[in-house]
Amino acid sequence: MRIGLALLAVVVVILIVLGMVLSWGVRINNDLVRSEQTVNEKWAQVQNVYQRRADLIPNLVETVKGFAAQERTVLEEVTKARASVAGIKATPELINDPVAFKKFQEAQTQLGGALSRLLVTVERYPDLKSNQNFLALQSQLEGTENRIAVERMRFNEAVREYNTRINLFPDSMVASFRGFKPKAFFEAAPGSEQAPKVKF
Amino acid sequence: MVTSNAPHVRVRLTTPRAVFAVALIVTLWASAALGLKVPPLPDRRINDYAGALTPAQRDVLEQKLIQREHGASNQVVVAIFRSLDGESLEDFSIRLAQAWRVGQKGLDNGVIFLVFVDDRKMRIEVGYGLEANLTDAVSSSILRDVVAPRFREGRIADGISAGLDAIDQAIAGTYRQPVRSARPKQSIDPFTLLLLVFVFGGLGMAIIPALFYRSGRRAGWTGGGAGWGGPYIGGGGWSGGSGSSDSGGFSGGGGSFGGGGSSGSW
Repeated sequence: MRIGLALLAVVVVILIVLGMVLSWGVRINNDLVRSEQTVNEKWAQVQNVYQRRADLIPNLVETVKGFAAQERTVLEEVTKARASVAGIKATPELINDPVAFKKFQEAQTQLGGALSRLLVTVERYPDLKSNQNFLALQSQLEGTENRIAVERMRFNEAVREYNTRINLFPDSMVASFRGFKPKAFFEAAPGSEQAPKVKF
Repeated sequence: MVTSNAPHVRVRLTTPRAVFAVALIVTLWASAALGLKVPPLPDRRINDYAGALTPAQRDVLEQKLIQREHGASNQVVVAIFRSLDGESLEDFSIRLAQAWRVGQKGLDNGVIFLVFVDDRKMRIEVGYGLEANLTDAVSSSILRDVVAPRFREGRIADGISAGLDAIDQAIAGTYRQPVRSARPKQSIDPFTLLLLVFVFGGLGMAIIPALFYRSGRRAGWTGGGAGWGGPYIGGGGWSGGSGSSDSGGFSGGGGSFGGGGSSGSW
């Protein structure tokens, strides 16, 4: 009889402990899910502003062509860079794949560089520089570059928080058990401290 | 043998307290070197950290901003600084916007008008919720076409006032870019008018007597005034402090910013 009671006690204790571990695990899991959600939201914002920049380009190229059609090289460079950016499908999955993410970032940096060169070229055309249409486009471009810088920074913050969470013990046990992987984030290109500022 | 009269005080730089003190000093110095500090949350809408406005001008502008909040929930705030100290305008602006949280939470309808008087740079930082009307192009136009001309003439308070009016128009969707005409075709400003009057008046006084007195003697030109009355003062005057002032208290409503808006200079 005594042994039966003791056994029962042990079983109950084990069940209670299991229950506690389970509820803790569920809580951690939900926190990780929320953290990942935040990362995905910020990623969506980043995609938004990159798309916004890409959308400005056809208009920009046409306006510049109106005044400086002979600058074919730099105009083609911008058009090509935009096409290669459009060719990368920026899905939420992209941030789980470091290699694909790097390619995405490189394509965007290339486009930014081509745009900088285009605006430097525009400097030589005072008529173009003072054209109202161009001025409006230029301010939109500057605003978009600023938005890109801001959203990238916020995305990086969210990723850093998430990556830290899944690495810290004991949450890391739940993370690996449930398949949470670290995410890629934007790194400064070698030789530059920040996203290319398209300004004079 | 020379003995020093100074008391023997040994400072050991390896004690925990000393290490802490050194670390603290280094951190404070480093953080100061990191760039312009964002001022604490403002309790007014016009924040003049540079002393560029007189108290009277500040009050008028403050009232203006208080009045506009009766009709709408969006918040517009002005911050005037001396200098960026080498920091990037956009970086500082977004840091300030994130700290001050101007605009209502969720609606994100805040606007921050920044002016750096020594650097001659300015920026309109627009919250997410107002980007549709107060677009980058519109902000840019406001700074370039409305504010900069006044700032170039040294009329800081006028420039800010006109800028705030333009921002209101933009939010309401009624902002129109001022037509830039180098030579006003129809209207002649008072200065030019006065000049013309004196010139023709003088000429008239020289010519008409000569027509009458045909002795060849020059009547002399006694025209010309003692100069026209002072420098040309443009823009509207101030209406003085309004009778009933609202309570001045202000606090940001928790709005967020995404980097929209535009920078300018003069």
